[in-house]
Amino acid sequence: MPTLVLPGKYESLVKFGDFVRQAAEDAGLDNFSIYQVETALDEACANIIDHAYGQEGKGDIECTCLVLPDELTIILRDWGKPFNPKKIRTPNLTAPLKKRKAHGLGLHFIRQWMDEVDFSFSSETGNVLTMVKRGERIG
Amino acid sequence: MEITTSSYKHCDLLKLTGRVDSATAPQFEQAVKAFTDQSRFRLIINMKEVDFMSSAGLRVLVNAQKTCKRYNRGEVVLSEVPHTIKSALELSGFTPLFKFFDDSLTAVGNF
Repeated sequence: MPTLVLPGKYESLVKFGDFVRQAAEDAGLDNFSIYQVETALDEACANIIDHAYGQEGKGDIECTCLVLPDELTIILRDWGKPFNPKKIRTPNLTAPLKKRKAHGLGLHFIRQWMDEVDFSFSSETGNVLTMVKRGERIG
Repeated sequence: MEITTSSYKHCDLLKLTGRVDSATAPQFEQAVKAFTDQSRFRLIINMKEVDFMSSAGLRVLVNAQKTCKRYNRGEVVLSEVPHTIKSALELSGFTPLFKFFDDSLTAVGNF
C-alpha cells in the first residue's frame, strides 16, 4: 500500500497527481477514469490547503493508494480544521454568468466523479477522506 | 504550465500548455489580466496541449469571461478543448458560457 506524505503546498499537487495517476494505471482504470481520479485528488488536496489548513505550508497531507484489479481506493489524511461536508452545497450550475461564483466546485467534482466518498473527522487520527473509483468491468 | 500568446488585429490568442492547477492558475490569471488591462477583451484560449485543469483553472476561465463580456466589450472563446476538460466544464455547468471552436483559426475568424 504505497503512501506519499508531502507538505500542504500547491507545488505538492503535481507530485500527488503523478502518484495517483500511477496507482490508477496499476489498477487498470481507463484514461478518462484516471483523469477523474486525478481531478478528485487535486481538488481534495487544494481544499485541505485552502480550508483545513487555511493557507499553504501549515501542515502535511498524507495520501495512501490501495490498488485492486479495476478498483482504486485513495485515503487522504490531514491534521487541519474539520468541516461538515453536508453543509457544503452544490454550487448553482445554471446561474447567469454575472452570478457565477465559481467556488465550491471541488467537492462537486469529487462527489460526481468518484464512486464512493466518505469523510471522517477525529482529533486523534486527523481528517480522513476515503474515495473509491471502480473500473467499468465492476463499476 | 506554459503560456504563449499571439496578437491579431481583432483578438488575442493564449495557448496554454501543461497543467493548470492551484499552483499555476495565478500565472494564467495574470496572462489574461495583461490583455484586459490593455482593454483587449476578445480572447481565444487554446487548450490543445493542456494535460490537466482543476477547478482553479476553470475559475480563471469564468472570471475572464465575466470581465470580457462586461459592457458587451468582448468575449472569451475556447479552442481545441480536450474531451477531459470539456467534461469538467460540463460538470461545472460552464459549457453554455463559452463558444467552442475546433481550431484557433476559425476562432480568430469569429471576431
